[in-house]
Amino acid sequence: MMRLEPRLRVPPALILTAPIVSVAVTLVLCAALIVWADAPVGRAYLLLFDGAFGSRFAITETLTRATPLILTGLAAAVAFRAHFYNIGAEGQLYLGALAAVAIGTSGISAPPVVLFPLMIVAGMAAGAALLLVPALAKTRLGVDEVVTTLLLNFVALLFVSLMLDGPMKDPTAMGWPQSLTLPEELEFGKLLERSRVHSGLIIAIVLAVALWIVNARTTFGYEMRAVGANAKAARFAGISVNTAMLKTALLSGALAGLAGVGEVAGRAGYLTLDMSPGYGYSGIVIAMLAGLNPLGVVLAAIFVAGVIVGADSMSRAVGVPTYLADVIVAVSLLSMLVATMLARYKVRWS
Amino acid sequence: MQPPVLRLSGITKRFGALVANDDISLDLARGEVLGLLGENGAGKSTLVSILFGHYVADAGSIEVFGKPLPPGQPKAALASGIGMVHQHFTLADNLSVLDNVLIGTEALWSPRSHRREARERLLSTSKQFGLTVDPDARIASLSVGERQRVEILKALYRGARILILDEPTAVLTPQESEALFETLRTLIADGLSIIFISHKLDEVLAVSARVAVLRQGKLVALRDAGALNKAELAELMVGRRVDAPVREPAAAYSTSDTLLSVSELAAGDKLQHASFDVRRGEIFGIAGVSGNGQAQLADALCGLLSAAHGEIRIDGRTVSAAPRAFIAASVARVPEDRGAVGVIGDLPIWENAISEHYREPAFSRLGWLRRGAAKAEARRIVERFDVRSSSLDAPTRSMSGGNIQKLILGRALLNQPAVVVANQPTWGLDVGAVAYIHTQLLAARDRGAAVVLISEDLDELFAIADRIAVMFHGYLSEARRDWTLAEIGLAMAGSRQ
Amino acid sequence: MLDILAAAPFWIAVLRVATPLIFGTLGVLLCERAGVLNLGIEGIMVAGAFAGWLAVYYGAGLWTGVLIAACTGAVFGVLHGLLTVILALSQHVAGLGITLLATSLSYYAYRVNFPKVSSPPTILPFTETHWFDRVPLIGTALGAQTALTLLALAIVPLIAYVLNRTPAGLAVRMVGENPAAVEAQGISVAGVRVGAIAAGSALMGVAGAFLTLSAFNAFYFNMVNGRGWICVALVVFASWRPGKALLGSILFAAFDALQLRLQQSSAGVLPYQLYLMMPYLLSILALALVARKAAYPQALMKPYRKGER
Repeated sequence: MMRLEPRLRVPPALILTAPIVSVAVTLVLCAALIVWADAPVGRAYLLLFDGAFGSRFAITETLTRATPLILTGLAAAVAFRAHFYNIGAEGQLYLGALAAVAIGTSGISAPPVVLFPLMIVAGMAAGAALLLVPALAKTRLGVDEVVTTLLLNFVALLFVSLMLDGPMKDPTAMGWPQSLTLPEELEFGKLLERSRVHSGLIIAIVLAVALWIVNARTTFGYEMRAVGANAKAARFAGISVNTAMLKTALLSGALAGLAGVGEVAGRAGYLTLDMSPGYGYSGIVIAMLAGLNPLGVVLAAIFVAGVIVGADSMSRAVGVPTYLADVIVAVSLLSMLVATMLARYKVRWS
Repeated sequence: MQPPVLRLSGITKRFGALVANDDISLDLARGEVLGLLGENGAGKSTLVSILFGHYVADAGSIEVFGKPLPPGQPKAALASGIGMVHQHFTLADNLSVLDNVLIGTEALWSPRSHRREARERLLSTSKQFGLTVDPDARIASLSVGERQRVEILKALYRGARILILDEPTAVLTPQESEALFETLRTLIADGLSIIFISHKLDEVLAVSARVAVLRQGKLVALRDAGALNKAELAELMVGRRVDAPVREPAAAYSTSDTLLSVSELAAGDKLQHASFDVRRGEIFGIAGVSGNGQAQLADALCGLLSAAHGEIRIDGRTVSAAPRAFIAASVARVPEDRGAVGVIGDLPIWENAISEHYREPAFSRLGWLRRGAAKAEARRIVERFDVRSSSLDAPTRSMSGGNIQKLILGRALLNQPAVVVANQPTWGLDVGAVAYIHTQLLAARDRGAAVVLISEDLDELFAIADRIAVMFHGYLSEARRDWTLAEIGLAMAGSRQ
Repeated sequence: MLDILAAAPFWIAVLRVATPLIFGTLGVLLCERAGVLNLGIEGIMVAGAFAGWLAVYYGAGLWTGVLIAACTGAVFGVLHGLLTVILALSQHVAGLGITLLATSLSYYAYRVNFPKVSSPPTILPFTETHWFDRVPLIGTALGAQTALTLLALAIVPLIAYVLNRTPAGLAVRMVGENPAAVEAQGISVAGVRVGAIAAGSALMGVAGAFLTLSAFNAFYFNMVNGRGWICVALVVFASWRPGKALLGSILFAAFDALQLRLQQSSAGVLPYQLYLMMPYLLSILALALVARKAAYPQALMKPYRKGER
């Protein structure tokens, strides 16, 4: 019979090798899928890596993709650490983008110095507001947040569709449901010419570092960690669990909303219904790959972005379906879970 | 001379470096009650787990009714006639008595459960041994004594001829315990054999024919019950003379010394009415079998539960029902569940040391934690209260239960609180740790604190409490200095004089 | 509106829409009664839809396709059980991982098999049985259903019987309330839990297969579209009881069918998106109303470590 015993002391080396081992295992397992598609494994993986990091274009594309992923990853990490399972980042992202576009194209006569931060704040507030409903439902009524946040994704997307079909529709867009374009002075500036990398990336990385510091060194971070580790004991010690959870939810929703702002103001310029290929859900995977650590989220986001971008170019070259990227991400999530668990627990046979 | 129904020969079991059972051999005769005594950690649970097939012994053998028992197979143990009543009941609250008795008695892949036949058999078994139950009652609706009856019936239904009872009276009143002993006598008369595990010396002596004492994994004594007295047994269990902490009688009082005043308090679903005052420099004990409202009273005194009726005053002022308010009112709290409520196991020791005070200017400024100050405080607690740990940064759950309790106690007592609320503070600890905690509580009292001690252990209350009141069915009795054991037992069972 | 409710076509649609919900909700119910939250349902439904359809596309019979869908579901269920029961990983995250894995594998396999098609290839699906046409009142609605819907209706009392009247069902119920009690009888908690998850996941696979083999006749991306999550909500609403699960599924399907008809009849008055939002909002509302009183299986989402008290 197999038994799991928690290790009293976890050597840091084990924690660090866990992601590396799980990525390796993933590549081995997914090789079978490449073989199934009648493609050469080695060449396919090389093309994947090349497409992700092999050229200036590749790197900038990867970084552009990583920007929203860092933010949704942070959103998930913040929430999951408090055992608040926010699966609604996708909807929060879209609402954030909608709010940003609403402010940005509203024609309010105010200088960009005012409108720009207002746009960002509106996006974050929209994301936070959407998550507030399930958060309150959980703290006041005890409703499990997994299903409520999930279902709200569909509601949010339908609402955006409604807006893009109606009041916020761009009349010059030849019938396609899309919003007006943001004026240039309200867009996130490009970091490098002839690339799509924008200053949203800097904001995302700065936020990751800031969150890491808040977590470890502030009273708010202490409360979040305490509530996440043991809500009952935290309450006994005088920490207000509900307040901590609500604050966490607001922060998480705001981060997801900001991801939407970044996409619409940094990459696209206008809002369409297919702006996000599931960034909200990918954020959850990224958070788990990073062990819920904000700094790890940056690395994990770049990894996932690389896989997605690389798979695109690889697919065109060797005919392996692009969905390989999603499989790689899913398998690395599961193997990361197993690897982390094995790092923390010893397996005993009796 | 009939052959023994159960024979253990040379049972040895190691967990790493710890020898839990060291070459233990004993017999159980037909129709006999064998008392198994020992402190926490002496090896009783391990021995019984081996008997029941949860563990496999490293050496030794077991014979049941003359036949060797295959090790590590609970099904084989059950089939051979061994039945076990655990200390913590293995019952599903949302299911019925019949469901709970039926589980495991039929082949898993059988297409139909024979519930009607099972119900008849259950009723006849319960009648045979005088244990009345309603097969369709949901376990959640039964009292503790009734649930224990279901546990015993589970074993008898399966044809157990050897019954092992692990601390059966831990949750019963003295009167319910008497009823249990009656049941045991009926079982013996029917030819069953019983192993009675307990740490309550009086009961073991009263009900057993022979007594086996385990200490640190070894069998140190196996004697007839009639040939032993309580003091000898205690010495055998502990291996040394146990010195009770010296207790000076409390000084004379005046009412202006009242620090904690509870009037007509009702809270939660179980606490109906509690009124009492605790003065400066006194230990106020609250006795009672668990489940009578003490948990709610403790929660209310810790600020976790708001009163439905009545009020609590600390030093004359009412306090709102929030943990933070009670902490600010200088109430030190030692909760019942030290590992899961008293500390946050995953956080490092120093963060748990300041968990109640991290918001104070000493430990945080403008939202930033002052780590140096916090660690210094933790160091003070660790040194003053003898908390053994590898380092202040180690996760708190890496410490033993006794050290976790000392950390909690130190955190509570370091800054000389006005009021101390301690709920089952010595549960599950070894004799040394128990004595240490009693000494600290007495020291707090002598420094002028008002101490409330809620405990199911009458020995503990008689040892250090100045006055004792009894909780029963949500009502708190008058506090007295001079209870006899019989009087307090009756109060715990609800009969008033 | 009354004329909508009284017409047979309405109830025909309701039963059809309810079928995958019935299978899916019963599947989640089995897992949760055993104490395990299975968030892999959305992905398992996709995998079941794909696997069943693919088998039929390559020449298997329709019922063989259903069986293959069930087996596919069971395989993912066993994987879920390995992760959450044996390795005691977070049930939330493992479930979401399985959804991601099952969905992406299905889409990948679809593209490998059909790299260049623009419209999904079709198969010949289940046809209406017309077995109960002459039964008064409900005959028309029932008769117009396919065999899979009738199977769904028949499985409800079957699951209720298994749970309440067989030893295996008792073991499943008990493992979700007090696993220590089961272990004490020498029954393996892990075995019962993984078995329940496998069986529940098989049902989820069949729910997916209904979409490709009965409701429609091809495999589309985003076909499942959140039905799996709705089943998770419905189980709470149903207090983990098969009969109430049937009721909840039909109620939900009725609302869904109603909004479609309202949309059509009052065309242009309200944006269609508002109607589409209703099922999701209703589910959230239902959860909010029921949550306080919910009698959760006591061991739900608590991993069981053998030998621990």
